[in-house]
Amino acid sequence: MPSLPDTLAGVILAALTAYVLLGGADFGGGVWDLLASGPRRARQRDLIARAIGPVWEANHVWLILAIVLLFTCFPRAFATIAVGLHVPLTLMLIGIVLRGSAFVFQSYGGGGGRVFATASLVTPVLLGICVGAVASGTVWFGVRDGPFVTSFIRSWFTPFGFAVGIFTLSCFAFLAAVYLTLESKDAELQEDFRQRALAAGAAVFALAVLGLAVFPQAPPVNERVVALTAAAALAAFWSLWRRRYTRARIAAAAQVTLIVWGWGIAQHPYLLPPDLTIAGAAAPRVTLELALITVLAGAVVLFPSLYYLFKIFKRRSGLPVP
Amino acid sequence: MSDLLAARSQMAVSLAFHIIFAVIGIAMPVLMVLAERRWQRTRDPVYLDLAKRWARGTAILFAVGAVSGTVLSFELGLLWPRFMELAGPLIGMPFSLEGFAFFMEAIFLGVYLYGWEKVSARAHLLAGVLVALSGAASGIFVVIANAWMNTPTGFTLANGSFSSIDPIAAMGTPAAFPQTLHMTLAAYAATGLGVAGIHAFMLLRNRTSAFHRAALTIGLLVGAPAAVLQPIAGDIAARSVARRQPVKLAAMEALYETRAGAPITIGPGIRIPYALSLLAFHDPHAVVQGLDAVPRDEWPNVPLVHGAFDVMVALGTYLALVGLWAGWLAWRKRDFTTRRRFLWALTIAAPSGFLALEAGWMVTELGRQPWIIVGVLKTADAVTPMPGLIVPFATITLLYCALGVIVAVLLYRQIVRSPQT
Repeated sequence: MPSLPDTLAGVILAALTAYVLLGGADFGGGVWDLLASGPRRARQRDLIARAIGPVWEANHVWLILAIVLLFTCFPRAFATIAVGLHVPLTLMLIGIVLRGSAFVFQSYGGGGGRVFATASLVTPVLLGICVGAVASGTVWFGVRDGPFVTSFIRSWFTPFGFAVGIFTLSCFAFLAAVYLTLESKDAELQEDFRQRALAAGAAVFALAVLGLAVFPQAPPVNERVVALTAAAALAAFWSLWRRRYTRARIAAAAQVTLIVWGWGIAQHPYLLPPDLTIAGAAAPRVTLELALITVLAGAVVLFPSLYYLFKIFKRRSGLPVP
Repeated sequence: MSDLLAARSQMAVSLAFHIIFAVIGIAMPVLMVLAERRWQRTRDPVYLDLAKRWARGTAILFAVGAVSGTVLSFELGLLWPRFMELAGPLIGMPFSLEGFAFFMEAIFLGVYLYGWEKVSARAHLLAGVLVALSGAASGIFVVIANAWMNTPTGFTLANGSFSSIDPIAAMGTPAAFPQTLHMTLAAYAATGLGVAGIHAFMLLRNRTSAFHRAALTIGLLVGAPAAVLQPIAGDIAARSVARRQPVKLAAMEALYETRAGAPITIGPGIRIPYALSLLAFHDPHAVVQGLDAVPRDEWPNVPLVHGAFDVMVALGTYLALVGLWAGWLAWRKRDFTTRRRFLWALTIAAPSGFLALEAGWMVTELGRQPWIIVGVLKTADAVTPMPGLIVPFATITLLYCALGVIVAVLLYRQIVRSPQT
């Protein structure tokens, strides 16, 4: 049995994984909106808007859930991140505001398509930069006394941070392209997004190698997780190549899930390397117990509702409902 | 501008902006469900048109509310890390519950907005009801967290940190009931009368539009009862503040000296003898604590808090009177839409509800200063060490101003403009 703090850290990572798989794909949709090209450009954009429309707000709530659970269960970690990563987090929030409002303005005839697409491009990079700072232990610079640049810029403005940022963006774009092959029965559109998925998948691979190369220390990766991730990546690639889109969707989601959990496993038992452990950052036991009860009770109403939402709007696409 | 003032200003702008979208997100689904229900019963296409337009409006406002709410959940830490480090384990519970309520709201709003042709009529209406219920629940949970900052409970304080914490007791904080009641009614009153007022204005220009008449009636149905009940909730809230936050009450009423039989001071000059003791404790001779009971550096900004309080009470009274007028006309079975004076009164009520709401939040937030957690942690000790906070403050302010303008234009185009028939 994992300890109570480990369990809740796992719940937070699971919420973050759901955000990446669902909300991340919505950002990726924005990227393909920006890069829409060729004779079917308008139809590509239309497909993206229709795929995102009914679900993006529900998908976005996963991020809020992760943040709320983080400050409830690991308040010291939340406070440290909020100080050290003030600048990229604020920029990310501006991206979130612009992406969400521009998307809804566009849906209701207010224009803003370019803002939606651009914010979809920038926001995932900033999210990845924040993850990179946590993983490489630089987030701590913010709570040390020092000049502004050392404390609040060098905490995230690193080659590794940007590598993770671009990597996150490519993962989101990859997921979106794979999912979009199933959003349309139109063979031409499917082919468009198949090609995009293959290109993005290649970018994910190249950037993963680059990211490991610029990691500041010896990368603490778990070989078994890496092997599984590589297997999922190959399966996704092969399925796309053979135009088995349902299978490609499952493999791509598994691949990205393994990437997120690979990060979690690599830095366990630390929440904020190199010093703050999950147990050390944990709130008092009663808070953790209540948080777990809340999550379990919430899940009882949440999952049937989510199932219903995806059943209504994603049935056509033959999606294995999450 | 000091970093503390910049941080407080950024929080104030973020809350003042979000709160408008949050209350509309709570109340608008009720209006849209009522319109859809009438459509299902009467098959009068005006109600279907209304339900669809209001759903579009709710979609725009909910999206902006959702993203500005996300900003706030991060800003709690970005601006007040020390507060979150201390309070997170105690008030995380209502925030977690709010997270799930918000999930339900987002899911069923998706079903409602995009499911007109995909689910049965009954399931569609039910989705709308669930949006309305979970919206109200979200608001209540967030206000509970705020209430805890006013009357913190559920911990023992030693050397600046909490021990023996009890998150359930924290949720049962005494300010929770008065604050959530007052806020929930405010959401329905401001939104209902806001909608009624906008359509009253349109009716003044276009007497015969069945569309605007239907919209006005449903708006009143939600807004008028809430506005009439609000003074009672206000009384409950004020008496709670009198007992538990005497400094805030003294600032609200600009009462500098502790005294029995305290008067109410309105604006700078007018005094009503005994009225404050009577209102705050339901006893004309009760002793009311003045600002002199605490050192000067623990006073809130008295002119601002007092001014905001008077504005809230004046506007709230006006809204309650308009609500009573509407009730009277309905009882006498008079046609609202032919009474020009009533329509003008409603038009003025439209912005008044939202102004009262903002003024009320100024009272409770500014009245809590200099504390972020009353008696436990000062706002100045909770602020982030990040310098240059004027930059994010200015950025967020500009961003929200731009969004506000775009939303206003879109709403006018999508909802208010008379149907082209």
